Amino acid sequence: MRNIVKLLAPRLGGLAVTLLAGSLLTAVLVRVSPGFDVDERELDPRLSETSRMAIRQERAANGNILALFGNRLSRTVLHGDLGNSPSLNRPISQLFRERLPVTAQIMAIGVAGGWALAFALALPTVLCRSRVFRGFAGTLQQVLMCLPAAALALVVFDFGGPVRALVALVICPRVFEYLRNLLVEAYAQPHILTARAKGLGGLQIWARHVLPSVAPQLLALAGVSVSIAFGAAIPVEALCDLPGIGQLAWKAATARDLPLLVAITFLVIIMTQVCNAASDWASFREKQA
Amino acid sequence: MKRRFTPLAMLALALYGALAGHTATELRFCLRADPKTFDPLLVDDGDSETIRYLTGGVLIRINRKNQQATPELAASWEMDRQGQRITFHLRPNLKFSDGTPFSADDVAFTMKRLMDPATHSPTADTFRSSDVPPQITVSSPLTVSILFGAPVAGLERLFDQVAITSARSPIQTRAVLGPYVVEEYKPGAEVLLGRNQNYWKVDAKGTRLPYIDRIRLDIQQNRDIEQVRFRRGELDLINSLDPDAFDNLARVSPHSVVDAGASLESEMMWFNQVPSAPLPAYKLAWFNSSAFRRAVSEAINRSDLCRIVYRGHARPAEGPISPANRFWFNASLKPHAYDVASAKRRLEGEGFRLRNGLLYDREGHQVEFSLLTNAGNRNRERIASMLQQDLQTIGIRLNVVTLDFPSLIERITQTFNYEACLLGLTNLDLDPSAQMNVWLSSAPNHQWNPNQKQPATAWEAEIDKLMRLQASDTQAEARKRAFDRVQQIVWEQAPFLYLVTKDSLTAISPELQNASPVALTPQAFWNVEFLRKRVLTAGNR
Amino acid sequence: MKRSQLLAILVLVLLFVTGVTSGFWHADSHSRQFRELPGAGPSAAFPLGTDELGRDRMARLLFATGISLVLAPAAALASTLLAAFAGGTAGYFGGWWDRCTVRIIDLMLSLPWLFLLLAARSLLPLNAPPAASLVMTYGLLAALGWAGPARIMRAGTLRLRRSDFALQASAQGCGEFRILWRQVIPNLKPVLLAQLWTTIPVFILAEANLGLLGLSASEPFPTWGNLLRELQNPFAVRPETFAPLAVVMICVACFKLTAPPQELSS
Repeated sequence: MRNIVKLLAPRLGGLAVTLLAGSLLTAVLVRVSPGFDVDERELDPRLSETSRMAIRQERAANGNILALFGNRLSRTVLHGDLGNSPSLNRPISQLFRERLPVTAQIMAIGVAGGWALAFALALPTVLCRSRVFRGFAGTLQQVLMCLPAAALALVVFDFGGPVRALVALVICPRVFEYLRNLLVEAYAQPHILTARAKGLGGLQIWARHVLPSVAPQLLALAGVSVSIAFGAAIPVEALCDLPGIGQLAWKAATARDLPLLVAITFLVIIMTQVCNAASDWASFREKQA
Repeated sequence: MKRRFTPLAMLALALYGALAGHTATELRFCLRADPKTFDPLLVDDGDSETIRYLTGGVLIRINRKNQQATPELAASWEMDRQGQRITFHLRPNLKFSDGTPFSADDVAFTMKRLMDPATHSPTADTFRSSDVPPQITVSSPLTVSILFGAPVAGLERLFDQVAITSARSPIQTRAVLGPYVVEEYKPGAEVLLGRNQNYWKVDAKGTRLPYIDRIRLDIQQNRDIEQVRFRRGELDLINSLDPDAFDNLARVSPHSVVDAGASLESEMMWFNQVPSAPLPAYKLAWFNSSAFRRAVSEAINRSDLCRIVYRGHARPAEGPISPANRFWFNASLKPHAYDVASAKRRLEGEGFRLRNGLLYDREGHQVEFSLLTNAGNRNRERIASMLQQDLQTIGIRLNVVTLDFPSLIERITQTFNYEACLLGLTNLDLDPSAQMNVWLSSAPNHQWNPNQKQPATAWEAEIDKLMRLQASDTQAEARKRAFDRVQQIVWEQAPFLYLVTKDSLTAISPELQNASPVALTPQAFWNVEFLRKRVLTAGNR
Repeated sequence: MKRSQLLAILVLVLLFVTGVTSGFWHADSHSRQFRELPGAGPSAAFPLGTDELGRDRMARLLFATGISLVLAPAAALASTLLAAFAGGTAGYFGGWWDRCTVRIIDLMLSLPWLFLLLAARSLLPLNAPPAASLVMTYGLLAALGWAGPARIMRAGTLRLRRSDFALQASAQGCGEFRILWRQVIPNLKPVLLAQLWTTIPVFILAEANLGLLGLSASEPFPTWGNLLRELQNPFAVRPETFAPLAVVMICVACFKLTAPPQELSS
């Protein structure tokens, strides 16, 4: 227990610092990026001077970073109120609520599918001696690694394939590579070799000996693959128009929606930090063991 | 209890359906994005506009087919000679969707809220001819007159954009007078509209309109997915198709696509003529020369643009008014001809010299400029690439710069740090008064040189005069003469180089009857209350 | 060296040479529009057909290949050096500097840098040659892409710092910088090289992804990412439109095949 506290306390402190610095930096980045002070609506020739002024004032109000942080941060922390997105004219928490499930689904399919595929390729590669299969698995992995994720998305999309399963194809080769090496090492351990020589069943060896020895690393890998999944979900969503967080980020960026972007950065930082913590925790357990 | 009830109720419904010969029909199509507002007075994006068109009741509707103002909630109206006062005589016995009766008070209430500066309604700005708020007088439950501070040009047509909201309804702006009413909104997914049971319109046989019971609007940004779904029969129509998609759909099912001819959308480019722009003086001198602008225009092969970029679904543009705008289009104008020899002559006349295939100005500066356009618009990027090659033939080097939209707007409206810009133009309004902010030299949307204190050139001064003249006159013919002259001047001076007028391309499912797509928005469903859907199977949702 | 690696190097050299010299034997034709032949299929004159504006797809592809094969390695080198500096010093000196660097790395990995890319084109002068915007894109990739490798460099340095020979040198009174210069950096060389070689394909893929989102060089200028945008139009997809994708894949695969073996860090 004390160990966990010892591990968690600096993490949480670090998380807070990263969150604050990250969102502040994002805000500054958006604020100074060109086109922040203008609104598309200003091109509408029907608008009168007063409406134009009102639009500018509204933008200026949203662009005040200090005010945004002063008011918003306290309200976010105290009331869980993330504020409003000026470009979409809707509460940010509502946007998150409807879009997180989409992204979560894409990530879940991605991680589960990617791992299943990786296991299906890696286990036979390690266990059976067929060079053909080994060659096939290796080539497939290489091909998947060499495709730009966005192009992969487009190709799948063009042919009406399952775009939501795309992330699996991004995760699979990365997991496969690591998994294969891990399993090769595990199966080369003397006691497992002995067990296999003595004719112990494959499943038994796997459950009793291999899995326990690789479990911590697998957990660490799982943490990493979740953050890869998140990274891959963004271009996939933006290109294939899936209404998730990635697409929201893209929309927010093109509309210079400061409050929304800061909120998304918050979310991304928490995601990556949690994933990192998971893999750190796993390796920590490994060290203890 | 409940269990026993449901089958019974279904049976009753089925019986009713069989007796009435009526199965619930549903019209399905896509919105590009979530509507930003459901308040009809605050609409300023296309998707909210769609909702307003389908649900809002207006006093006067511009018939999208013959482009005439037709009576809707107002059975008739009259205007005074100056176009300053309009009096509406309302249809009797109308009710809002929630049953609240409709009367002149509602019109007064809507107009007051619309014109209130605190509302910031973009629609209101078109009415704002002076700072004096309009006086609204309700003289009887069915008569209301509005007196504006100054004459408003094309006044009656502006009411096409004003959906009347109720002054008394407990559900406020959600009580509507149009054919449909918003039943459900799932953000990011869909908007469901049901028929307004109290809608007043009936067809020639006395059947209550609309024919179609429900409208399901899916929020779908991706146009490719939209086409795929249309082909699967999941959607009934697509408004404003991309030319590529149009041809593709035409190959698969030629009867489901309609090219309704010239639309109100065009593509144009202009040069930065702002004196304070951070550009070298010699470049500003080129851009300020009308001979230079005309030469560039004549070097552009517009028919190639139409043929290659738009696959023939566009036509070379004449000027600011599309031929689709029947009354205001100046029919004596022809698009600037593609004539490289003439372009070269014009340039020589201005002291430009062609050496080794490159153009130099009088002072020996090589002629090179950049063309700004927004990134991500496939057709616009293609146009820019083609202009690059066209201008090469007269020795001009064109650099294409694509920026994301906010960066581009900042440059063309605030910093003026650009040389030329390529953008699209959509005239939502047929009346030229809506373009006052474009043509007046003192206006902010006078893109090539906005917010001038004094007109910089004689021709801009003349346009100012003509625009004010057409705005203050109420005689259509006089206004038309003035605006024809404006189009003529713009054609001669070429502050905007109009490139192409796009065709209005739509896809309509063969199941949909009475559809007759037009050039004006909303192209495919302008007559939504008369659309009928053939019921194919019992399983039709 | 394995035969496959030799082959990979041969392919890379071949692509590099044809790409870089394509300008000479295909003078200016990467932007020339043959307007009578838009969207034409493969022919003797246009082995890969023409694109929607009638431009020679082959010429465009070769031009893009040449440019990318020059710029991607250059950017990878810059980013590896940055990573080596940040990760190396953090791992070696430890303490607050290390903690700061780790935080910065964390931040770098979680900020929406897309903005920088959006802003970048706006910062270039209007009439800058289109190649400049591609250089900018790769430059930004280099400036942003160091964080991941820096982590690995830090881990490597930490290990070396605690290694016996470093401790010994320190015991014998060797100065910090001398140990860093003489012991640690030479031992890090293989890691550095491996990092450099693995960063190249990462950048190639990144440019391709950015191009697809419209964030690479402006349209008339061919880059791998821009060429891939043809795939965005499902109706225009034909076998020859996959050529750019194939070339990108081949290049990335070749870089991966020839990558020096990297130690497994768990």
